[in-house]
Amino acid sequence: MHAPADWPDQLFETLKAGGVRQVGYVPDAGHARLIERCRADPDIRDVVLTTEEEGVALAAGAWLGGERAVLLMQSSGLGNCINMLSLPRACRFPMLMLITMRGEWAEFNPWQVPMGSIVDGVLALCEAEVYRVREAADVQGAAERAVQRAFGDERIVAMVLSQQLIGRKVWTK
Amino acid sequence: MSLERRAAMAALLAGRDDDLLVVPGLGSTCWDLAAAGDNDRNFYLWGAMGGAAMIGLGLALAQPRRRVAVITGDGEMLMGMGALATIGLQKPANLAVIVFDNGLYGETGMQPSAAGGGVDLVNVAAGCSIGACLDVRDEAGLADLAARLKGLDGTLFARVAIAPDEPPRVIPMRDGAALKARFRAAVGVNS
Repeated sequence: MHAPADWPDQLFETLKAGGVRQVGYVPDAGHARLIERCRADPDIRDVVLTTEEEGVALAAGAWLGGERAVLLMQSSGLGNCINMLSLPRACRFPMLMLITMRGEWAEFNPWQVPMGSIVDGVLALCEAEVYRVREAADVQGAAERAVQRAFGDERIVAMVLSQQLIGRKVWTK
Repeated sequence: MSLERRAAMAALLAGRDDDLLVVPGLGSTCWDLAAAGDNDRNFYLWGAMGGAAMIGLGLALAQPRRRVAVITGDGEMLMGMGALATIGLQKPANLAVIVFDNGLYGETGMQPSAAGGGVDLVNVAAGCSIGACLDVRDEAGLADLAARLKGLDGTLFARVAIAPDEPPRVIPMRDGAALKARFRAAVGVNS
């Protein structure tokens, strides 16, 4: 059994076991450990993006070439992806997004709330299957399901990691 | 001096082999690619503006033994210009990003683009640490680019100065799921 704090490692192992070879990301504190694991793995190509929508196009190209890709971002990044998500919708590409939430639980920064508050609505409008995770114990099971649905059935799938799971951001040191 | 777009596309794809995979931008370059002859290894874009170069990157990383040519317009490239930074970091040896630049948004009524107003995409690409950046303005430059594309051995960016004409549209298939399945079958992947 892993301790709850190990959930980013479980996430990494699940993606790796699921055959993910390209990981696009805009850096996010909630994904820091996962990004570190991806960067350290010689079998995984980590692709730092200038904006999240690049990762949607990257994943489509990867699938055209027979590889599995995922996109890591925080909730604000989903807003940047909306039009590019037309690509997996029009072509039925697999699109697996791992979204860390901002603007909900214990959020200090009010500017994170406008986008954070519409994540569920945006995902529904973009025809994404959503797996929302609030407890560390649920991460691995949800990740396995998300990988299977995205690549096994060429679906848009979002795994949404709640702010309670990630923890409170410390603003004063 | 500038080149005629259909002739430029034909020159780049002359003698094309099965290891060349092509992603155009939406709009005029998509029609240009279709006009050069349909091919299972073309992935026509009918949308996803700003995404052509990144689709090319994902494809190039997944298919390192094949060559990938993204052939898009200046407006499409400008919308996703950050992709040049992303590609500059990854440096896939098998990716060429070629921009047909007339300084205009052709599909929407020939409004001027930033490239037409002085933004130099060759310098942008060079500033993004893409190793080989070409400014193609004549037949000799085009022939050189076509030869480099055949023996691609490093990330390549090229701006091709094209004339502001609008040849008749040649419409390729537009069922995205069918295009994807056709392309993947041609490349031989089913994972």
